[in-house]
Amino acid sequence: MAHYRSLRDMDWGLMALTLLLCALGVLQIYSATHGTEFRDAWWKQIVWVGAGAGILFLVAGVDYHHLLDRVPWLYGLSLGTLVTVLVVGDRIFGSKRWITLFDGFRIQVSEPVKVVIILLVAQYLAGVKSDRLQVGDFLKLCGLVAVPALLVMQQPDLGTSLTYGVILLAGVFLAGLPARHWLAIALAGAILLPVGWSLLKDYQKARIYTFVNPNRDPLGAGYQVIQSKIAVGSGGLWGKGVTQGSQTQLRFLPVPHTDFLFAAFGEEHGFAGVVFALGLYFLLLMQIVQNAQRAPDRAGVYICMGVAALLLFQLLVNVGMVIGRMPTTGLPLPLMSYGGSSTLAVFAMLGLVNSVRLQRFVN
Amino acid sequence: MAFDGPDPHELLRPIPRREGARFAAGRIAVFQYLIAGVFLFLLSGFWELQVRNPAFYSERAERNRIKALPILAPRGRILDREGRVMVDNQASFSLALSRESLDEEQLRALADGLGLDFDDLVARVERFDRTHPKYEPVIVKEELTPGELAFVEAHRGDARYPDMELINAHRRLYPRGGVAAHLLGYIGEISEAELNLLEFVQREPGDVIGKSGVERQYDSLLTGIDGERRVVVDSIGREREVIGVKEAVPGRDLRLTIDLDLQAVAELAMDGRRGAVVALDPRTGEVLAMVSRPAFDPNRFAGRIRSKEWRALLSDPDKPLLNRAIQAQLAPGSTFKPIVALAGLELGVIGPDFRVTCHGGANYYGRFFRCHRAGGHGSVGLYRALADSCDVYFYAVGNRLGIDNIARYAEMVGLGRRTGIDLPGEAAGLVPSTRWKLRTFRQKWYAGETISVAIGQGALTVTPLQLAYAIGGLAMGGVWRRPHVALNAGRPDEPHRISLDPSHAEAITEALWAVVNDGGTGLRARLPGIEVCGKTGTSQLASMRALRNRELAEKLKDNAWFVGYAPKHNPEIVVVALFEGGEHGHLAAPIVRDVIKAYFDKKERRRSGRMLAWRKPVPASRR
Repeated sequence: MAHYRSLRDMDWGLMALTLLLCALGVLQIYSATHGTEFRDAWWKQIVWVGAGAGILFLVAGVDYHHLLDRVPWLYGLSLGTLVTVLVVGDRIFGSKRWITLFDGFRIQVSEPVKVVIILLVAQYLAGVKSDRLQVGDFLKLCGLVAVPALLVMQQPDLGTSLTYGVILLAGVFLAGLPARHWLAIALAGAILLPVGWSLLKDYQKARIYTFVNPNRDPLGAGYQVIQSKIAVGSGGLWGKGVTQGSQTQLRFLPVPHTDFLFAAFGEEHGFAGVVFALGLYFLLLMQIVQNAQRAPDRAGVYICMGVAALLLFQLLVNVGMVIGRMPTTGLPLPLMSYGGSSTLAVFAMLGLVNSVRLQRFVN
Repeated sequence: MAFDGPDPHELLRPIPRREGARFAAGRIAVFQYLIAGVFLFLLSGFWELQVRNPAFYSERAERNRIKALPILAPRGRILDREGRVMVDNQASFSLALSRESLDEEQLRALADGLGLDFDDLVARVERFDRTHPKYEPVIVKEELTPGELAFVEAHRGDARYPDMELINAHRRLYPRGGVAAHLLGYIGEISEAELNLLEFVQREPGDVIGKSGVERQYDSLLTGIDGERRVVVDSIGREREVIGVKEAVPGRDLRLTIDLDLQAVAELAMDGRRGAVVALDPRTGEVLAMVSRPAFDPNRFAGRIRSKEWRALLSDPDKPLLNRAIQAQLAPGSTFKPIVALAGLELGVIGPDFRVTCHGGANYYGRFFRCHRAGGHGSVGLYRALADSCDVYFYAVGNRLGIDNIARYAEMVGLGRRTGIDLPGEAAGLVPSTRWKLRTFRQKWYAGETISVAIGQGALTVTPLQLAYAIGGLAMGGVWRRPHVALNAGRPDEPHRISLDPSHAEAITEALWAVVNDGGTGLRARLPGIEVCGKTGTSQLASMRALRNRELAEKLKDNAWFVGYAPKHNPEIVVVALFEGGEHGHLAAPIVRDVIKAYFDKKERRRSGRMLAWRKPVPASRR
């Protein structure tokens, strides 16, 4: 089949947006880490982006139907890895999320699992022949997603496990779940909420309390949010300039190269920079949605929309957190935040989108 | 799902493999709106922070970044007339708290850890809060002990404790044993009431000010200007760079007219007694020594005095906080007689040959007034009347003068009003007159009352300083210079002059010489080779009304006064000793003698150039 596809047909607009965002990210990582122990993070990130681009082309070159056919294998592998990480994973900042592959090279396994969940949901929903999703099918799919989600929650990593749920919800929404079933989900959610609350770790509860009122604990959990808002607000319209943000440079901002990168970006580039970056993200998402609209089949639609929904959710949670409109979660900002696992996973997803795009030219 | 209406897209169902996104086109559109909504939501957040409120957040970023640490200016030292240090500063540490993230729990922990009173601490921080920007730290404890320093060092950076900062401060070091305590005064944190005073208009809550004595009078001169070190700090409080240092401007040293040697002698002479000593140079008005006893230890106030200790001082019946030298208002007793004599001579009531025969008392207006010598003095003129302090003689003079003439001369020599010394809280004393009585009691003056006033009793009250001032000016032949404690403090005032008949002044001087040197009542003030003049006085506490406190009044015995000066002509020093409960004036005389002796001994030593071999003078004898 490969001879039907050509590089010319790749989504180059999407590629341009992606690399531009990565470039902004690398610049901000450099600015936020120069003179610190993370000072070489920026070129590491360039390596990750390069590797990600390679993965993107690799995935784009594969017919996504082959991948869909291997979903059971991939799903099984994911569960196995997630269990492994709980047993032998490296504990960093109090949670077990990483597996050391070889010296100094760690991978956060929940990130590639996102790709598997997207494929799983697409494969499952495309296989449902009826036009409206049946309750039985819905619950079965829920169960399939819930298992890795619960494993990730055990790490504990609430944010990432929620992203799996978002992929599921997006798929179910597109598949067309009748209104009364949505109502039932809402009801079940309302009932399960207190149960879920009791399952939360203390620090997670604290984060939610703090989200409601950051001044409750200005030196503890609320500190990050307050400092982040100060960073963003003090950036003003035009920003303080690269490497000039006092909140970033004097480390008042927590982890300014990963989770709070966008706060550092907002401080140093101001509202103008924020509009530019968010504009790029907006175009990126719209481009992905357009690919969904032109997908050759339902599975392709589900894949593209899953990617779009996931990116939108991470964007909302991460950027919302930076401006104090979302609770603090450890979700990185796709493409911009420093981190190999996240970057590679996003590039793999964009590879899937390209794969879907290239298939529409088949036949 | 039979009731679900058919979807138009499903009616036009294409080939399965090619159906693409048509099955969910509407829902994809909804999703696009969702994307747009999320972006608007996020952008509005940035709009709110970066466009609507950037100034608010910029200021907070600055406050994060910049810490202003005060550099406390040392207060000026206080020196004696020869430049010897009376009040010094000693390096110490003060504890300052950053108030930006201060909460009550942390304050409680700190109060427990340092043994501070929690309510005091909170009140102090709140007072400071009202007037100072948030980034300025508040000083909550001065003069940390080594133990407290260790505690602070051990708990810095601990989130359970406030953000603590140690600041180099200067502890005030006063002479030990309460020497010159009232004169020098003490310092303390400015109170609410003091904040409203004009003299402290430039001060802010939390400032340390002079509370009494010289410290208060010359507060603005002694106070320096605090500096500030503005530093950039990172999130864990490490200093990254110093962006500005405003050096502190130290307060100016103040040189007093006090001679520490004379002060020491006077302090020793008054040790364990209640009363006051004032030594003046009548030629200049310079105060050479000023003692008030009982004293307090101003070093206890230099930091934060505990309220319990403070209340104890306030309620002490001996009133150790009272500066008796300028605030005790007591009847002068016989030390008033030279002034009555002056009035009599000047007004021609008594001529050079005026004599009175004393039989131990006399009748006036239906009442018998006794002389202190029951057997009587016999026939006395002015010379012996002053030398032996004959009351009967002065009854006669006073009776001839009348109260208003006495009052006129008393006021002329400086009684009944403040001398204007450069110390806060000076009392005015009281010179009774017919007008005074009418105004105060709405009663007419009874002639009998004049008889008491003529020997320095009755409603008449003076302060020790006033007495020294009055007699000193008289000894100068009618030139009064305003007493002052600051050396070279501006241009000297024009002296207050009265043209007296030289022969009248001479007659009084001769008689006062006789008090000490010709068998008079002040024999104990005699010094070989020095012509000491003086006058004893015993006040019979007729002025109890002024003290108000009855219990205290009953406890008190007669007060002994002595005022002396030397030499006889062109006096260089006039000394007043008030010995409360001293029973008789001649008991106050040795105190004055010691001070005068110290003065002339020192002068002699200086002249013979043996300054290096000089030892601290010791009172010749003490009783």
